[in-house]
Amino acid sequence: MPHIPLNENLPGITGILNYRTDTALPIRQLTQILLRGESSLSEGERELIATIVSHGNECRFCTAAHTAAANILLGESETTEQVKYHLNDAPVSDKMKSLLVIARAVGISGRNVTPAMIQSAKDNNATDREIHDTVLIAALFSLYNRLVDGLASITPADPAFYESLAVILKDKGYLPSENRYASLKAINEPA
Amino acid sequence: MAHIKLLNEQLPGIVGLLDYRKETGYQLSALAELLLRGDSTLSSGEREIIASYVSHNNNCHFCHTSHGAAAAAHLNKGPEFIDDIKHDFQTTPISAKLRALLNIAEHVRQNGKKVTDADIQAARNEGATDREIHDTVMIAAAFSMYNRYVDGLDTWAPPENEAYMPMGERLAKEGYLSF
Repeated sequence: MPHIPLNENLPGITGILNYRTDTALPIRQLTQILLRGESSLSEGERELIATIVSHGNECRFCTAAHTAAANILLGESETTEQVKYHLNDAPVSDKMKSLLVIARAVGISGRNVTPAMIQSAKDNNATDREIHDTVLIAALFSLYNRLVDGLASITPADPAFYESLAVILKDKGYLPSENRYASLKAINEPA
Repeated sequence: MAHIKLLNEQLPGIVGLLDYRKETGYQLSALAELLLRGDSTLSSGEREIIASYVSHNNNCHFCHTSHGAAAAAHLNKGPEFIDDIKHDFQTTPISAKLRALLNIAEHVRQNGKKVTDADIQAARNEGATDREIHDTVMIAAAFSMYNRYVDGLDTWAPPENEAYMPMGERLAKEGYLSF
């Protein structure tokens, strides 16, 4: 049961961003820029950052949503599984692996990022901009995970919910729009 | 020295980062402006206290001290107020409602799941509204982001409280979009 009254047709983050739309807007715009804006990291790679941080924070809603989004963008579901459970063996580039190590550390604390992690990323040809964006995306998901669980929002049990949400994230990105969540209505049910 | 080469290495903490990538910097500033200086039944001083308190518990010196300085400016207090935030307000009385909201904020800071129904009820018992609870959770979550950004890139931060007082005045009087 959420700690504040949220629209019950909008589970997880969706109802929270609907509760106060003025503060939601810069959060959405920040997310759109970081996850869908111009970058030398692919959209799928950036969704992996969101996934690993959310998994580290044990935020089931965010982990499920961004796993599903990454799977659609990457066209397979093996990579997200490995990233979450066996990062060393994950089928991603060495550069991406080193950035995901940084992201995972940021998820715990900014101070967990070591010079060795940064050097490893640079040795694997990560640019300053890629390192910057990795840290900021990881920081942003540290915000999202806390919002979703801090307000005890509803986490649907049905995987079909997250598949639908992932299609919305792929096709529409993160900005508000009319009827943005229309396709979710029939599907959501509480865990 | 930060983990990346900033455009202007003289700028401390988050300021250098907002300058490094202005597109994301604008959104980060706009969010802070709304959260800490926008319309609310919580005063800006109270909201800056929540931000500074969370940042202290996240060991982020820059964020803790700059927002502590902003709180001090709003509340007409000196730099020693920043240390009172560290020491759980042994010197400065704060309301029971703010204490209950700070407890919620601390649990959000650790992990959203640590916020219990009892935490929420305690705040409601002191008169906290739904919106005040939402905003407290949002501020704690946002500062969990800002702290990680600032320390994750190892930005530099002046050590002493006094160095932050002018910035605190500016944040209190002109806000986050004045940078």
